[in-house]
Amino acid sequence: MKKLPKTDVVVIGLGWAGAIIANELADEGLEVVGIERGPWRDTARDFNIGTVTDELRYVMREELMLRTRQNTCTMRNNPSQTALPMRTWGSFHPGNGTGGAGNHWAGITFRFQPEEFRLKSHLTERYGASAIPDELVLQDWGTSWEEMEPHYMQFERVAGTSGYAGNIQGEKRPGGNPFEGARSGDYPTPPLRQPYGPTLFAEAARNMGYQPFPVPSSLVSEAYTNPYGVTMGPCTFCGFCTNYGCANYSKASAITTILPALMRKENFTAYTNSEVLEVLTDSTGRQATGVTYIDSSGDKWEQPADLVIVAAFTFENVRLMLLSGIGKAYDPVTNQGTTGRNYAYQTANNVTLFFDNKNFNPFIGAGAVGMGIDEFNNDNFDHSGLGFFGGGSIRVTPIGSAPIGYRPLPPNTPKWGAKWKRALKDNYLSTMSIGCEASSYTTRTNYLSLDPNYKDPHGRPLLRITFDFAANDLKMAQYCTGKVADIAKSMNPREMIVKPMTGHWSSVPYQSSHVVGGFIMGSDPSTSSVNKHLQVWDVPNLFVVGASAFPQNPGYNPTGTVGALAFKAAHAIRHFYLKRPGEMISA
Amino acid sequence: MKKRAKTLPGVTRRQVLTWSTLGVAAGVTQVANAVSLKGAPGWTPFSANPPEQFTPSGWLFFTAEEARTVEAIVDRLIPADDLSPGGKEAGCAVFIDRQLHGFYGTFERLYMQGPFQEGTTEQGDQSPLVPQQRYRTGLAALNRYVQQTSQKDFADLTPAQQDALLEAMEAGKVHFTDFDAQSLFLEVLNNTMEGFFADPIYGGNKEMVSWKMLGFPGARYDYRDYIERHNEDLGLEPISILQWKGGDHS
Repeated sequence: MKKLPKTDVVVIGLGWAGAIIANELADEGLEVVGIERGPWRDTARDFNIGTVTDELRYVMREELMLRTRQNTCTMRNNPSQTALPMRTWGSFHPGNGTGGAGNHWAGITFRFQPEEFRLKSHLTERYGASAIPDELVLQDWGTSWEEMEPHYMQFERVAGTSGYAGNIQGEKRPGGNPFEGARSGDYPTPPLRQPYGPTLFAEAARNMGYQPFPVPSSLVSEAYTNPYGVTMGPCTFCGFCTNYGCANYSKASAITTILPALMRKENFTAYTNSEVLEVLTDSTGRQATGVTYIDSSGDKWEQPADLVIVAAFTFENVRLMLLSGIGKAYDPVTNQGTTGRNYAYQTANNVTLFFDNKNFNPFIGAGAVGMGIDEFNNDNFDHSGLGFFGGGSIRVTPIGSAPIGYRPLPPNTPKWGAKWKRALKDNYLSTMSIGCEASSYTTRTNYLSLDPNYKDPHGRPLLRITFDFAANDLKMAQYCTGKVADIAKSMNPREMIVKPMTGHWSSVPYQSSHVVGGFIMGSDPSTSSVNKHLQVWDVPNLFVVGASAFPQNPGYNPTGTVGALAFKAAHAIRHFYLKRPGEMISA
Repeated sequence: MKKRAKTLPGVTRRQVLTWSTLGVAAGVTQVANAVSLKGAPGWTPFSANPPEQFTPSGWLFFTAEEARTVEAIVDRLIPADDLSPGGKEAGCAVFIDRQLHGFYGTFERLYMQGPFQEGTTEQGDQSPLVPQQRYRTGLAALNRYVQQTSQKDFADLTPAQQDALLEAMEAGKVHFTDFDAQSLFLEVLNNTMEGFFADPIYGGNKEMVSWKMLGFPGARYDYRDYIERHNEDLGLEPISILQWKGGDHS
């Protein structure tokens, strides 16, 4: 183990959260080192327009994702089972390399609603404590919309987010999302133009009295220069978006919006292909002293630092804390401990509509072009007597139609042979689908812990996921998908497939990479791991930032909130912590 | 903590050297090295990170007998008709051969540490066998079964007999010694579909036959002029990823 000279700040992970904080703290004049377990990624080389349109490579062979050989998770549905490793990614896609999962994300950039940050209090006030199902362990976030809003704005300005605001400083605007919290300003770029499918859906939704809006999207709609002076180009709707890197510099990621500016700062250094093994603490356990990491030649290094920021993907944030012995591991039996608790996911539902005589040209698309409605999301509708809480964002977002993965087939079609081929040919251009990305509420037995049987190449335990859908969420899925089916019926398809989430969570089919919780924020150290500044309780010079901080997951994509939390943590460090290093809540 | 905020003025010669070295070192076939990076990212023109490529001629993984069996299977999974050529002519067997020869064939990127045990459906594929082993063992088991029942190889059965056997494998109604017939079927079906619909640079989807059949325009990258032309046949001919130096499939 070789010891490197001490630095002011070490940041683990150079995806969205890590790049945001590293850049903010470099601006503060601090010496910042960023450590990334994957390779350096660069648009011109890695997402070259000549080779990026490769479905086999980027989707089937998961080129941009973390190699499971390097690190994976084990999974089981309940504590009585033996967890087994996910040998290939399925359900979700952790990223790898600079930019992280933010290189291959879809770009959908919702803000969470004001009620979300005090969800438990809000539901208790509206429906009474006894209405909340016993299985749920909902919590408030320890922060508020008012505290979050400026940081959402910061993130959107960096990402160039396109959209149409439905609520600017309390003034509602028709055509925007009527359910969004009051915004201090409009989106930085106007909404994307819409293909046929979303347009038809919006028309049908409007006819039923709903208020459709363009999905907020960090695929910029026009050339845009962000506050760091980094310029992005307009989205071309190429349809190679989710799971791919963007060759046009249109999809916001750390590599298209932050790293070009950050790398030019003399007080920032990035180490790539270097995996952090442990966060070190002093003998009291109340002060982080740096990290150890291993590089690709197998050499181990210690990087001492005054301030440690853990900003990897949800799973690795939690695993690093468990491996480093920081915080107390959660035990679902005693309900004690906080590291690993409140793990949640997203409940994915879908309705597929088969038409005759329509041509959607489904290859025209992008991860975040589309139209949505929020009438059945979160607590935007009255849940009295329904027996569940939560809801979903209902929307049509055609992501492209590369045909290894996109092969819409009506019910009872064979999977091969002459009849299969005819059915595929007849339905490929004339099928669309409406998705419902719905909430996932936390329960006592859904949690993260270290696996007792499986190890990574360095001999460290893999992270073990114990998760199944809450009965609450499955009821919600039935109800909300029924609402989607009503809209679909009004569009008069020849036939349709209605698919609410049912049964057990499966690690096999892709659902979403929206894995959250495990190192959650809150106002009570006995039920949370970090305070509202993302500062670890009892270790004030350690911050753990990411979706790992969400106490439960609403019916929205998480990245906008991950970005806002990163800016929030950086703000607290710059404006409070550096002036008076120490714990910021009770100090 | 000291204060020091200074933006680097531009790219120094040393930085360019660092970055050029990185560009060479991080090629796909080489192990990427840990690098300490500082300064403006530079890149060399035309230094794109290319897809996996293989030499052109002959079978790279399959024996002649295996190749004959796989060609017969892919021609039943994707039969030739008025919509497209069959799986064999489209190059699906060549595609599978190249994939098995490459990093996919050994699951080089995947977690393959034990203990191996069968799990629930939700826990996914837990087989200790990598694709090369699955095909080698599975195809041998298939032909042994056909020899025992019909005294022939799979490729010598009539198309109707081949379909009947494939259907039985798919439904889990037939059992081979040494290998699970259903999982062999699914393995071949998935890889055949990958080959039929992937970009032709990988050896299948010859002349973009599947894309022409569906109306998928392939590697095009700009639909700004088309996005608001709703419900129209745009008449776009497909294009493929350009040939790469050392690539085949011309």
